[in-house]
Amino acid sequence: MAEKKQQEALLDFDYSKYGFRDEDAVYDYISEPGLDEEKVRLISKLKGEPEWMTEIRLKAYKIFLEKHMPTWGVKLDDIDFDKIVYYARPTRKVADSWDEVPEYIRRTYERLGIPEAERKYLGGVEAQYDSEVVYSRMRKELEEKGILFMSMDEALKRYPDLVKKYFGTVVPPSDNKFAALNTAVWSGGTFVYVPKGVKVDIPLQAYFRINLQNLGQFERTLIIAEEDSFVHYIEGCTAPIYDTHTLHAAVVEVIVKKGAHVRYTTIQNWSRNVLNLVTKRAMVEERGFMEWISGELGSGRNMKYPSSILKGRGARTDILSMSFANTGMHHDTGGKVIIMAPDCRATITSKSISKGGGISTYRGLVKVFPQAERARISVSCDALIMDEDSVSNTYPYIEIEADRVNIAHEAKVGKIGEDQVFYLMSRGLTEQEATTLIVMGFIEPLSKELPMEYAIELNRLIELEMEGSVG
Amino acid sequence: MMDTLVIRDLKAGIEGKEILRGINLTVKKGEVHAIMGPNGSGKSTLGLVIMGHPSYEVYSGEIVFKGKNLLEMEPNERAKEGLFLAFQHPLEIDGVRFSTLLWQAYNHRFGNGKKPDIIKFRKELKEWLKNLGLPEDMADRYINVGFSGGEKKRAEIVQMALLKPEISILDEIDSGLDIDAVRIVAENVKRIQEETGMGVILITHYQRILNYIVPDHVHVMVNGQIVEEGGPELAEALEKEGYARYGVAEEV
Repeated sequence: MAEKKQQEALLDFDYSKYGFRDEDAVYDYISEPGLDEEKVRLISKLKGEPEWMTEIRLKAYKIFLEKHMPTWGVKLDDIDFDKIVYYARPTRKVADSWDEVPEYIRRTYERLGIPEAERKYLGGVEAQYDSEVVYSRMRKELEEKGILFMSMDEALKRYPDLVKKYFGTVVPPSDNKFAALNTAVWSGGTFVYVPKGVKVDIPLQAYFRINLQNLGQFERTLIIAEEDSFVHYIEGCTAPIYDTHTLHAAVVEVIVKKGAHVRYTTIQNWSRNVLNLVTKRAMVEERGFMEWISGELGSGRNMKYPSSILKGRGARTDILSMSFANTGMHHDTGGKVIIMAPDCRATITSKSISKGGGISTYRGLVKVFPQAERARISVSCDALIMDEDSVSNTYPYIEIEADRVNIAHEAKVGKIGEDQVFYLMSRGLTEQEATTLIVMGFIEPLSKELPMEYAIELNRLIELEMEGSVG
Repeated sequence: MMDTLVIRDLKAGIEGKEILRGINLTVKKGEVHAIMGPNGSGKSTLGLVIMGHPSYEVYSGEIVFKGKNLLEMEPNERAKEGLFLAFQHPLEIDGVRFSTLLWQAYNHRFGNGKKPDIIKFRKELKEWLKNLGLPEDMADRYINVGFSGGEKKRAEIVQMALLKPEISILDEIDSGLDIDAVRIVAENVKRIQEETGMGVILITHYQRILNYIVPDHVHVMVNGQIVEEGGPELAEALEKEGYARYGVAEEV
């Protein structure tokens, strides 16, 4: 009986703040489901792209057809590529004032609290609705420092040379089937350029929203941080709940030049019908520092391994990820570090929580090339299993070809401790408060790295996930 | 009767193994009861069963507090009624600040539906950390993580001081402490006891803490049963003779 109640409570997970649909949405253009070469050309044409980009797309489409589906990770064999809508444009205009955004879209973002966050603590905001960015704006003082922050489509129009120089250099279309698909049909995403020595002291945020049923969202993000610059980029994602799959296959490329520092934070809260298959990678030059921070709370099936290629001497990376797999969810996440130069440092910290039958898998790769002497690497995977139905797996791959490498690897799997819960309850906390507090403590290494507003939001989301956890 | 804890013929154990074999104990507010006994006699089990640890089963008997049947209550409900257990081995909870737990607990104890005064809470917390000789930043550290054995014990007393229980069970609060620390802990327990009029169940293996907190009643527990009862003089006798008179070769 108690178990049934628990299951019902879990299914009742309150996603209503995020899961609503805009029934009155009006689209400027929606492509027919399915994909062929003509459709790829059409997307490029509708966007008015230069010929070279059309070529890149077509080549990538061929690679997509040739590439096999990954046979590892989450279940993918039920993706029907013929049923996906590859392009849906709500409006042709990227507004720089919320008043100019179509009313139904503005209402969505207001419900999600984006304009308010922008006023309070963000340096710039970009909002993507289905395939296109509908709003983009940066504070004037940042613009004056020469920082560029806009949609990728706009960057392709205004700064084609910069885009051409870096596009596909970090994640080539041949990397994997979904990177190839993204390259073929990409739309939207963020372009960030930070000039030499410029430090962006307040975060820039992009917010990705999928509204249309069966839509595939394929945003493409490119961040270029010139020498000794700093930027913190945050992305958030939500979608309505549908009974069919929605595919989200993004590609993110980050270029961290000499001495630059990029912090990339993701709060992923897709609805459970979203398949999140993203390729995120950074190329880090001498003394550069790349930080990947992610809180993966949503998405029924999730494959995500933010990667850093440390190619300059003394480059550094920290990959910190927290994933929460609740009922019906399978998260296969982790990180990849490729070290190609001496004196580099890398830390991978993975925290996973499995609950109500959810599956969390850590999958990580550390590869140290022969020339990468004196690398210092630390990998730690910490899994918390909330009940007997839930599962945690760990696949750490480590390949070291260099000398004098210092590597520490630690993996811990823990059940939520009865004694800990009792200790907290003996102080007056309810069982649910006690377990929630323990889970909050477990993810503290992540939440303390987030700006306060995001940490509060993350804690709130965790509390929602924990609701109904005790029978 | 209203402020009394009554244990009648309590039989309890773990995984079918009986540890408590018929305990009778009545503790009134304001009284100090010492439970003494050799290792493995079931003293700690008694504390855990009174507080409601889920691993322990109660086979028969009853525990009544303020006229209410405790055995039907969750540990947090028992805490809300005014029971407190200072753990022999306080648990470590990584990532959760000491002050976070204590504030939540404080809300449950004194909230009655509205938020207690956080400034008053902060002030009290600071004061009691100081009284127990603990650094102020203890409040912001993770619960018992990286605390020394002695710090953990003192932190339990800080929690007790803020939550002002009506009956407090102190499980070997003196073990692992040096003589100065025993004095500090004991003096503070005594002070709290005098100020709030709480009842105390002091579980201890050693007599030394009883020099500071003089018990009204001493109960000697051996093999899951209370085998002798008396006043403070009983503890003194045990210190001289050990538990030999109960057929146990252990010093006090």
